[in-house]
Amino acid sequence: MEKKKLVIGVIGADVHAVGNTILNRAFLDAGFDVTNLGVLVPQDEFIKAAVEVGADAICVSSLYGQGEIDCTGMREKCDEAGLKGILLYAGGNLVVGKVPVEEIERRYKAMGFDRAFGPGTDPQVTIACLKEDLGVE
Amino acid sequence: MKAVLLIDFGSTYTKITAVDVEEERILGTAQSFTTIETDILDGLNNALAILKEQIGEVEFSERYACSSAAGGLRMVAIGLVPDLTAKAARQASLGAGAKVIKTYSYELTEGDRKEIDQIHPDICLLTGGTDGGNKENIVYNARMLAETQQDFPIIIAGNRSCADQCQEILKDKQTYICENVMPQLNIPNVEPVQKKIREIFLEQIVKAKGLSHAQDLIQGILMPTPSAMLTAMKLLAKGTPKEAGMDDLVCVDLGGATTDVYSMSFGLPSTGMVVLRGLREEYAKRTVEGDIGMRYSIHGIVEATDMMRVSELSGLSEERCRELIDYLGVHTDVVPGADDGELEALDYALASLAIEVAVTRHAGRLEQFYSPMGISYLQTGKDLTGVKTVVVTGGAIIHTKRTAQIAAHALFDPVDAFSLKPKNADIYVDRRYILAAMGLLSTQYPETALRIMKKELVKE
Repeated sequence: MEKKKLVIGVIGADVHAVGNTILNRAFLDAGFDVTNLGVLVPQDEFIKAAVEVGADAICVSSLYGQGEIDCTGMREKCDEAGLKGILLYAGGNLVVGKVPVEEIERRYKAMGFDRAFGPGTDPQVTIACLKEDLGVE
Repeated sequence: MKAVLLIDFGSTYTKITAVDVEEERILGTAQSFTTIETDILDGLNNALAILKEQIGEVEFSERYACSSAAGGLRMVAIGLVPDLTAKAARQASLGAGAKVIKTYSYELTEGDRKEIDQIHPDICLLTGGTDGGNKENIVYNARMLAETQQDFPIIIAGNRSCADQCQEILKDKQTYICENVMPQLNIPNVEPVQKKIREIFLEQIVKAKGLSHAQDLIQGILMPTPSAMLTAMKLLAKGTPKEAGMDDLVCVDLGGATTDVYSMSFGLPSTGMVVLRGLREEYAKRTVEGDIGMRYSIHGIVEATDMMRVSELSGLSEERCRELIDYLGVHTDVVPGADDGELEALDYALASLAIEVAVTRHAGRLEQFYSPMGISYLQTGKDLTGVKTVVVTGGAIIHTKRTAQIAAHALFDPVDAFSLKPKNADIYVDRRYILAAMGLLSTQYPETALRIMKKELVKE
């Protein structure tokens, strides 16, 4: 079966490269076809890349607290670009301050993200979710 | 003496350069109007007669030609995302010496299909999707192309997973499958496509454009003229195993209708804290500014800058600039003499601005980002700040005394510090307009062509 395709990267003015590199490795090992955009990635670059590679999911990382601002309107832009229904994940330090994970999830789901993961999430958790959502064994 | 004749069948002029390959020197150059309507050889013979007056009777042992006559190699490029495959397709075509009439992205509309029929390109390049990536778009566009009325070869160079399907859809057309022009995101792969474009040019287009009876007299029309320029520049930069080149360089060819810029450099970031963004660019990159030229596109220069700057640089009033520009836009064959104060001043201003705009568009840019870790930079395109050689050519440059001042507009400008143009470069002028000829010569005599270029290019 064809590998499921992920586009990953760190959104906005955020230059935290380490976590993204770890995720890249973990996703590859889990059998995904990964396009890694690196750091300082604007929304539209995630979307352009996803269109061209025919991605099944976009995984956005954000470590510096400004993720909410950076991710606003991303789902609508995906719809606009013809990526209707594409799986959208976000993970990292997604909001400012100490906020319960449930609240983070609520806010990101309201923005149209399918899932949101708090700080310190094991990559295996995300991989399990991806496999479940994309119907991979 | 062993004389070789190099011919450039241009859209307006047929330019010839005679070279003695044994003594490695230029014997002479001449030009005459291109005669595509009657017999292309008439124009060549006229130029040869002029050359004979200069250097006497010479027996040429070999003759090579390049051509941009009859509109040049006219192409349309089709991709998916404008910044990605569509850009890679356009860049690949330009690098093969083509004139890209139009670039299309996303799904072609009925209007686009009709427009392509009207353009009636020499070659159509169909791309879209990385390997294993998007399939729907290129397949959709193949269906649209299948509906076109005109006959032209189509190169299929998109997502390899659907190349066969596209060929099947286009089975009534002449198609060629090539490696993907962007197999992975942001990583272009232009060489296979360019090789195919060259093959089609040699096999079919030379014949179709009535250039083939010139084939009997000369060894062959080897390539489109811009491709000869690129070959020359690559050689000048890289050298050969026996003869050193001049290292990374930028070349500007300022023409009447367009301004071509060539850069031979990987253009990777030259300082720390810089993240490279977007489509990777080729070592040998060519861009064509279709709206920037000294005569036919004279108004484009003003539109891309403004009349105030033309006035500033020329020392003429804005009103007078406007009048003269309108005059030159119509009288495209006017070459101002040294005693022609106003026109000379205006041409100086326009040439300076044309070079500034064309090189700024060609070069990469930095963007500044404030992050919690301090300032960081994003680079798109090539960083050419470290390039030490700028070569300039073209009528407006050759015919003026203020070449160095004009060419300096290709350099880094502190006012626009985020534009990555060469910072400390020497300027060389192609006074006798021999670069394309040397590109041709280099196919047989690379060292000779390189040494002649090094001798002929004059440092300003």
